[in-house]
Amino acid sequence: MSLVDVNNLSIIYGENSVVSNVSMQLKRGEITTLIGPNGAGKTTLIKAILGLITPSAGQVIRSDSLQIGYMPQKLHIDPTFPLTVERFLKTAAFSSIQDRLQALEAVGAEKLLKQSVHSLSGGETQRVMLARSLLRKPDLLVLDEPAQGVDVNGQIELYNLIAQIRDRYGCAVLMISHDLHLVMAATDQVVCLNHHICCSGHPAQVSNDPSYIELFGIPGAENLAFYSHHHNHQHDRRGEIINAKTDISEIPGENHSSHCGGDH
Amino acid sequence: MPDFLLFALVGGLGVALIAGPLGAFVVWRRMAYFGDTLAHSALLGVAMGVLFDLNVNLAVVSCCLLLALILVSLQRQHLVATDTLLGIMAHSSLSLGLVAIALLDDVRVDLMDYLFGDLLAISPTDLYWIYGGGCIVLLLIWRLWNSLLAITINEELAQVEGVPVARVRLTLMLLIGVVIAIAMKVVGILLITSLLIIPAASARRLANSPEQMAIIASLLGMVAVVLGLYASYQFDTPAGPSVVVAALIQFLLLYSLPFRRTV
Repeated sequence: MSLVDVNNLSIIYGENSVVSNVSMQLKRGEITTLIGPNGAGKTTLIKAILGLITPSAGQVIRSDSLQIGYMPQKLHIDPTFPLTVERFLKTAAFSSIQDRLQALEAVGAEKLLKQSVHSLSGGETQRVMLARSLLRKPDLLVLDEPAQGVDVNGQIELYNLIAQIRDRYGCAVLMISHDLHLVMAATDQVVCLNHHICCSGHPAQVSNDPSYIELFGIPGAENLAFYSHHHNHQHDRRGEIINAKTDISEIPGENHSSHCGGDH
Repeated sequence: MPDFLLFALVGGLGVALIAGPLGAFVVWRRMAYFGDTLAHSALLGVAMGVLFDLNVNLAVVSCCLLLALILVSLQRQHLVATDTLLGIMAHSSLSLGLVAIALLDDVRVDLMDYLFGDLLAISPTDLYWIYGGGCIVLLLIWRLWNSLLAITINEELAQVEGVPVARVRLTLMLLIGVVIAIAMKVVGILLITSLLIIPAASARRLANSPEQMAIIASLLGMVAVVLGLYASYQFDTPAGPSVVVAALIQFLLLYSLPFRRTV
C-alpha cells in the first residue's frame, strides 16, 4: 500500500514544461531521494506532492488522513520576530513539554529548547525544523534539501539522523539532495529527475572506495555508498534529450525506466 | 479635565491598544509600505463620503478595504513588483483624494485635520467607532492568532499543515485596513503607519515571544498617547504629531539602553 501515488504528473508554466509525465510511489518506511541538476523541477515536483501546486496533467493520490511533515528549503524568519525554539515547536501542533523535548532529543538538539531561532547555526536550524515536523507525527516526511548550509560532517550526521527517524517512526521520507554520494547508503529508492524521470531504482550497496574513507573518516565512510550511475542519454542545457544511446540494462537493480517521457 | 481632552485620551488609548498586535505583524511581515498605501487611500474615502453624503468613517473603512482587495488581486497577477505597485496606488489614491476634495466646492474640508489628525476633536460617535471596530479587530486577531503566526513563519509550511493561508493573509490585510481607517482620526493619514510601527519596533527590544511583543507594543503605544497628549496640552503643540514624537523618544531610549536581547 503506498502512501502517495503520483500518476503521469506534468506541470507546465506557460510554455515551460517543468515536470513532465512523472510517476512514482512513496511507501511507508522507505526513503526516496530525488536527485537532479538545478532547475530540474525537483522542488516543483515535491510542491505538487504536498498539494501546494495544482498539476497541469496527471494526479497525486494521497492516502486518507495522510499526515505530512514538511521541511522547506529555507526558513526566513524576520529578526524582529521574537521566537524561541520552544515557541517555534509549539506552532506545529498541540504538544506537551515532554513531546517537545522528545522531538528535540530525537534530532539531538535538546539543548536548544530555550534558544532564539535567530541564533541557530545552519545545522541546528535543520535539526529544529526536523523536530518540529516530528511533532506532527507524520506518515510522510518531505525534506527539501535538508543538508543545505551544513558542512560535510554535519551532512553525514543529518542523513544518518533521517534514516534513524525513519526506523524509529516508520514513516516514509521523500527528500531532495544534491549530495549523491552522501545519501545513497540510507536511500531505498533514488529518482533522478531532469523534468522527466531519467532513471529510478535501488542504489547499489556500500562501496569501500578508499578515497571516500580518506575524505570523511571511518564513521562517515560506513554510511557512504557509491552509486554507479550511468545514463543512457544526455541532456542539453534545457533538459532536452540529446544523443540517446540504446543499451539500457547495464546497471543491476536499476529500473530504467518505464516512466521516462524521453525518447530513448 | 475638559471633555475634549478626555475624549482624546480615551480615543487615543483605544487606537494604541488595537495598533499594538497589528503593528507587530506589520513589522514582522514587512508591510509598512502596505500600511502607508492604505492610509493614503483614506483621503479618497473622505472625499467619497462627503461627495455621496455618507458617513465619513464608513466611507473611509470601505475605501481602505476596497484598496486592500484591489492590491491583493493585482499582486497575484505579477504585473509589476509589489513595491512599485504600492507606490503607484499610494500616491495615486492620495492625489485622487486631494483632487476630489478640491472639486467639492460647496464643502469646506480641512485637509490638515485629515493629513495630521485631529485628536482633540474626537467626538463620542468616534469613540463608538474606535471601540466597536477595535473589539471586532482584537477578537479576530485572538481567534486567528496561531494561524497568523504560522503564515508569518512560513506560508508554505502553514499551507501544508492545513492553515487556509490565502484567507488568513487577506483577513490580516483587511484588519490593517480597518485599523488605519479608525486611527486616521488620531494621528492623520500621513502619520498612521508610525503608530503601528514605532511601538512594535520598540517592543522588540523587550519581548521574548510574539505574544509579549504584541502586548508590549500596545502598552508602549498607550504610554505614547498619554505623553503626547500631555505635551500637546502643556506646550500647545499639535496632538497627533506629539504622540508620534513621544513614541519616537521611547524607541530611541529603548534602543540606546545597554542590554542585550536574548531571543
